[in-house]
Amino acid sequence: MFRIVLFVMVTAAFGQTKFPGVGKAASAERVKAADKTVMADGRGLPVGKGSVEAGRALYKTKCAECHNEAGEGRDKQWPALVGGTGTLASKAPKKTVGSYWPYATTLWDTIGRAMPYDQPGTLTADEVYSITAFVLHLNGIVAAGQELDEKTLAKVKMPNRDGFVADVRADVKAKR
Amino acid sequence: MADRRAFLGLAAALAACTKSTKVPSAVEQSMTPYGERAATETIARAVGESTASLGVGSSRTPLQHLHGVITPSSLHFERHHAGVPKIDPAKHTLLVHGLVEQPIEFSMDDLKRLPAATRVHFVECSGNGRGEFMGTAGATAQDSHGLLSCAEWTGVPLKHVLAQAGLKPEAKWVIAEGADACRMARSIPMEKCLDDALVVYAQNGEALRPGQGYPLRLLLPGFEGNTNVKWLDRLHVTEAPAQSNQETAHYTDLMPDGKARQFTFLQDANSVITRPSGGQKVSGGAGFVEISGIAWSGSGKVKRVEVSMDGGKTWDDAVLEEPVLPKALTRFRIPWVWDGKETVIQSRCTDETGYLQPTRDEIVEARGMAFNYHYHGVKAWVVKADGSVTNV
Repeated sequence: MFRIVLFVMVTAAFGQTKFPGVGKAASAERVKAADKTVMADGRGLPVGKGSVEAGRALYKTKCAECHNEAGEGRDKQWPALVGGTGTLASKAPKKTVGSYWPYATTLWDTIGRAMPYDQPGTLTADEVYSITAFVLHLNGIVAAGQELDEKTLAKVKMPNRDGFVADVRADVKAKR
Repeated sequence: MADRRAFLGLAAALAACTKSTKVPSAVEQSMTPYGERAATETIARAVGESTASLGVGSSRTPLQHLHGVITPSSLHFERHHAGVPKIDPAKHTLLVHGLVEQPIEFSMDDLKRLPAATRVHFVECSGNGRGEFMGTAGATAQDSHGLLSCAEWTGVPLKHVLAQAGLKPEAKWVIAEGADACRMARSIPMEKCLDDALVVYAQNGEALRPGQGYPLRLLLPGFEGNTNVKWLDRLHVTEAPAQSNQETAHYTDLMPDGKARQFTFLQDANSVITRPSGGQKVSGGAGFVEISGIAWSGSGKVKRVEVSMDGGKTWDDAVLEEPVLPKALTRFRIPWVWDGKETVIQSRCTDETGYLQPTRDEIVEARGMAFNYHYHGVKAWVVKADGSVTNV
């Protein structure tokens, strides 16, 4: 009983934590600096903007070496970014940004956190908006001359937006 | 050799000042601070790394050469998306924020103050067996099933870490992010986070290996390997999944109707015979051979393993080696008196939910041919009259 009372007292003294004294409170600044999450509805996108035309130039220097001039990919090691629309139910489905990805925010997030492969995290927010706009343009999803920013990106409707369903397992019925 | 020279040199120096030091004549290795296996032992992972993008690739566990159920840390499979980062554990932290009462940051020392748990669990890449399904399985169990390992993991139950920050009622998902170059992130349902998820810092009794997420990784028993985020440094509590690259463009299962299943975390019941298996040879001809293999399920314990030595016509129950642990590899064994003729041997697993491991055809019937993940079909090996074992 004494132990329980002591624990409650200590808990009260250190706030609501379950294990008093372990870990330190993180400031809003600390969280802001670390938080790179981009949600599908656009929350987390940094303020910024970019255009298809600016993206065209950036793509040439930052992306084309691997993903090829028009996003068609190279060999099997560097994935294609365009094409494949209408192939998902076929015998040879081709999954690309245009044919498969359900959210434009995922493209921004992928480029922003992981690209270019050998220099991830080096692009500015505006550069990422521009390259995102250009890759979406290559897929016929946004028009030439269009700009994207933290408010408009999540409103881009991807062709395969409704192409995902929940897990339905156990779905395979084995016969004994 | 250097060890032996150093040891003999030391022994000689000691002998010069005291005649009582003796050196046994058959010494091969002196006592070393960190042990090595015998020089004659050579089993190894099969490493497949992209030549175009270093750091992308996988290494496969040599399942056919292992005994029991624990994978030695040096042989644990790896799958990396942007290499293995170099991390100073003294500077590494885990930040928990989002839908919590108090954002909180833990040092590695902080985490080790919290109540710990040690458990044995398998980790399997959801792409494991894909070659089997595509007809490009290769020759051995390592080739066909080697993106699978099992270890004893020690860490803090994730529920303790989250409780320390205080979950808000609307908290439904946790986005786990790693400190690798691509900052790989996956969204995990809260139900799993509060169930058996661990934040682990140790593997087989010592610190995690760099390729397994040193100094900290997420361990989600029974979930596909990719969700067990390595080099873990951030947990973002949210009400919805982020829809990150790895949970949309990849690790989604495309079905014949063109729709893709998403958040398909579970690794289904599965098994493979490892001895005798592809690339091995039953030497000495007809007679007694013990058949042995491994079975596992992301749903819990393995309840039953049946083995057929006649191409699937008849099945016999194998013995499951105790302890049978949930979401861990289970070793099975069954005696066999081989008549020396060519035959097909195979195993099938039933887990504690009653789910029976299906055949390849049954999986294709249900899921088509376009998916890349969660293949778990019955695996068959041909034992030829000369004792050699090959793929079907």
